[in-house]
Amino acid sequence: MNQVHEKSSAFEYLTTRKDDLVGWARKFSIFPYPFVTACCAMEFMSVSSTMYDTDRFGAALPRFSPRQSDLLMVVGTITHKQAPILKKVYEQMCEPKWVMAFGVCATSGGFYQNYAALQGIDKIIPVDVYIPGCPPRPESVIDGIMQLQDKIANASHPIINEKF
Amino acid sequence: MDQGLLERLRERLDGDGREPVFAHGLLVVQLPREALLDTVKLLKDAFGFDLFLDVTAIDWPQREPRFDVVYHFYSTRDHVRVRLKTTVTMADPVVDSLLDHYGSAHFMERECHDMFGIVFRGNADLRPILLYEGFEGHPLRKDYPKEREQPLVRYRE
Ligand code: SF4
Repeated sequence: MNQVHEKSSAFEYLTTRKDDLVGWARKFSIFPYPFVTACCAMEFMSVSSTMYDTDRFGAALPRFSPRQSDLLMVVGTITHKQAPILKKVYEQMCEPKWVMAFGVCATSGGFYQNYAALQGIDKIIPVDVYIPGCPPRPESVIDGIMQLQDKIANASHPIINEKF
Repeated sequence: MDQGLLERLRERLDGDGREPVFAHGLLVVQLPREALLDTVKLLKDAFGFDLFLDVTAIDWPQREPRFDVVYHFYSTRDHVRVRLKTTVTMADPVVDSLLDHYGSAHFMERECHDMFGIVFRGNADLRPILLYEGFEGHPLRKDYPKEREQPLVRYRE
């Protein structure tokens, strides 16, 4: 009886490295938190909707709470007045977490050099991937997501203590 | 646009140190700051300029008096607008507040104070509105260095 659950074929188990396995799992389940402040938002909408569809990369479902997300997408100009908010959002995210600077404003301040604009979010929080362009083309965003996935896949992923 | 009304307004405003002229199809009135409140009252009560559009300033670093303070008013009945211009010096950048005549003056004067450091006598609440507490200087003055940063968060090393 119950043929379905009977053990049959040769492939019962496989071996892999822990970091490869965890990295593979993590890189396809990115939950982005869009911190959207300016015109780049238009491109963010276009890249996440049907035409370009970041869901194909396992990075589609935006979580509008930093506590539930692991990728902070900083989309747009950050002013000095807003910097404390960005920092607080970053600190509320659980490890492991990654940060994407989307567009030149988030990357370096872009063409704004004045009393108001922060000259790049990496002055206050660490950044994993920078996407150039004002605004970036959807292809560059997808390229950025794939670079981030490579980075996640090749990183070490401690799950029990720092060594393992 | 009611050219007749503007023409009557121009005649009425002439004198008392005021110089009304037409520029780019707009009635522009240069006036001493002492005449500001009376002129605004006249515009509002006798000519129906019921909408206070904005107040801003212009910095002329080489000139004394250094600042122009510029007001725009609009009449929703006659669909015309008028511009008032007055000057203040660097040492005494004070004009009277329009708060008694237009409630919307509150926020606009705060912004002008943020950006140019113009003081509006009679507006008791000139806290920063676009800038933040602790910001030093007035960023739209020409002598504010464009690369000067006043961050609220400490930079990473
Ligand atoms: S990079 Fe360009 S498109 Fe993006 S927020 Fe800055 S100015 Fe806007």
